[in-house]
Amino acid sequence: MKKVRYLELEGKSASFNFLAALFAGMAALGAWAFFHLEHSGHADTGMNNQIVWGLPHVFAIMLIVAASGALNLASIGTVFNKGLYKPLARISAWLSISLLMGGVIVLVLDLGNPFHIDYMFTSFNETSIFAWNILLYPGFFLFTGIYLWTMMDTSKRNYYKSAGTAAFIWRLILTSGTGLIFGLLVGRIGFNAAIMAPMFIVVSFSVGLAFFIITLMATYKWSNRPLGCVLLKRLKNLLVIFIAAAFYFAVIFHLTKYYSMASQDLESWLLFGDSVHTKLLWIGQVVIGTLIPLALLLIPRVGECNTAIFSAAVLVIIGTFCQFFVTIIGTQAFPQQVIGSDYQVIASKFGDADPYHVYSPSSWEVMLGLGGLGLTFLMVLYGFKIMRFLPESLADKDLDPHAKSA
Amino acid sequence: MSELNENQQTTTNRRTFLKAGVATASMGLIPGVNLIGLSQAAITDGSAASDKQRWGMLIDTNKCESGCTACVDACNKEFNIKPSKKPSQTVQFIRKVTVRHKLTKVETSLPLMCQHCENPPCVDVCPTGASMKRADGIVKVDMHRCIGCRYCMMACPYKARSFIHEEVTEQMAYAPRGKGSVDSCNLCVHRIDENRENPRNPACVDACNSKGHKAMIFGDINDLKSNLNKALKKHQSRELRSELGLNTGVRYRGI
Repeated sequence: MKKVRYLELEGKSASFNFLAALFAGMAALGAWAFFHLEHSGHADTGMNNQIVWGLPHVFAIMLIVAASGALNLASIGTVFNKGLYKPLARISAWLSISLLMGGVIVLVLDLGNPFHIDYMFTSFNETSIFAWNILLYPGFFLFTGIYLWTMMDTSKRNYYKSAGTAAFIWRLILTSGTGLIFGLLVGRIGFNAAIMAPMFIVVSFSVGLAFFIITLMATYKWSNRPLGCVLLKRLKNLLVIFIAAAFYFAVIFHLTKYYSMASQDLESWLLFGDSVHTKLLWIGQVVIGTLIPLALLLIPRVGECNTAIFSAAVLVIIGTFCQFFVTIIGTQAFPQQVIGSDYQVIASKFGDADPYHVYSPSSWEVMLGLGGLGLTFLMVLYGFKIMRFLPESLADKDLDPHAKSA
Repeated sequence: MSELNENQQTTTNRRTFLKAGVATASMGLIPGVNLIGLSQAAITDGSAASDKQRWGMLIDTNKCESGCTACVDACNKEFNIKPSKKPSQTVQFIRKVTVRHKLTKVETSLPLMCQHCENPPCVDVCPTGASMKRADGIVKVDMHRCIGCRYCMMACPYKARSFIHEEVTEQMAYAPRGKGSVDSCNLCVHRIDENRENPRNPACVDACNSKGHKAMIFGDINDLKSNLNKALKKHQSRELRSELGLNTGVRYRGI
């Protein structure tokens, strides 16, 4: 394999400026939403005392989960010694840092008292998985940052493998922690499940790779750099496996919840009800996020080396968004069991007897979520412009598909 | 000379600046100091809560009248809780629910509030320790440490907590609440802290007694002489969602 030459984006083209303005605009919308909500309180959101976590959390969790998944490409090269992926490692690491930054920012800015955040460190509660997550995020920045440093500074090459392995292990812990934020909610039958941790890891593989493919294809297209079919086919095959694996976990999750009498009512409502959550689950997660992408990628000559891969990646992200919407909001929307399984609440002024709780996100929540997405890609864009993250060429002739990592 | 004047002027300016800075900083601190003062206002002797006591309640659902909301109204009055513009965002510390037994179809009315668990999930999940359990079993929120993540609301099996979505006005001095924080029933801890040896009943219990229903008995579970202890020994009671093993301080009779 030829020596890979990394080059910054020139960053002077109209498309670069357009994207920069677009992402900056999105980030500005997020900032506006934050300041507005900080002033008015969460009264101007669709969230309430039933739907406690809303759209900002869907954005935040998706970005955080995608962040660890986006690091996979680097890990495959470094930890699992697959040389083909090695040139992608810098993009992978920077994208993962940017995604995590976008997600964490949304999560923090949605807090009721974001300026009390220092208490997370000064009065740390070791029994809180959420508190542990707040330690895992800076750890991810640190480990991935060091990993990126060892990739770029030839004098630190001796630490490259160790740094990559540490970042890989950390990302697994981080995504387990994200899943366990829900998995450890013992009082909520819709969440409480150990499978949440591995399920989030597998979802991170698919959505992280989808973000990676979109970033890679768009960047190479707009910067007129060659991107060969050999690499894209490998990414396509990986995406197929990850989509299937994520779907498998989702099926097992819903099946086991449906099997249990304690959660059967909730699952029946989610799977076969008439709410928006059922539609998002079947149309969003299953059809748009799983079946169509698989078809695009698996039907011969459709998903060989063209926009079908890009489209599939976009659909995977939409599907994952729907999945998190249903998981986070749908599960809250079904009235919680508050008395005991032998009783049914038939009247309450606090919504306990409602068929389900309605949630209508406000534009402020949409703006906050888009702000995180905008910040992510603004970081990606300027990272590519300032730093040498992008190989000059990823053409087939410049890559050896059978290469082992050095 | 002019140099001296200039130096003096600089010193004066610096002093003025420092004074202004201190004054401004003080202005910023005043609300916080006031809030801390308000939150401690009810504690008369400053002593810490003791684990020798465990405050709790027994609710006799046979005596709880359907349609009666005296406990809810009293709680709202005690904490000056007003309806929000959006009903779903209204704060509630206690609510009345009517339940139907799935087998017998018997309908029962009961008040539902923070159950003051011995092993509270809200305390376990709170990242900052703002959600806390006192030594005497009262579970409450320290609004000064609450970051407003609402994870405790997600964790509470009884949905007993509320998020303060909007600015709170006309707060009671003994129970400050803050926009962006979570809050819940604290068994009227301000009443308890007035005299822990012989505390006043929580507002809901007083209201229930005033109505003549006497469906709620409040007291120290550990005190063998307390009415609550005696009632718990005499009557069979249950904790809600007992499968979770939370060992709640609030118990129910009749369901």
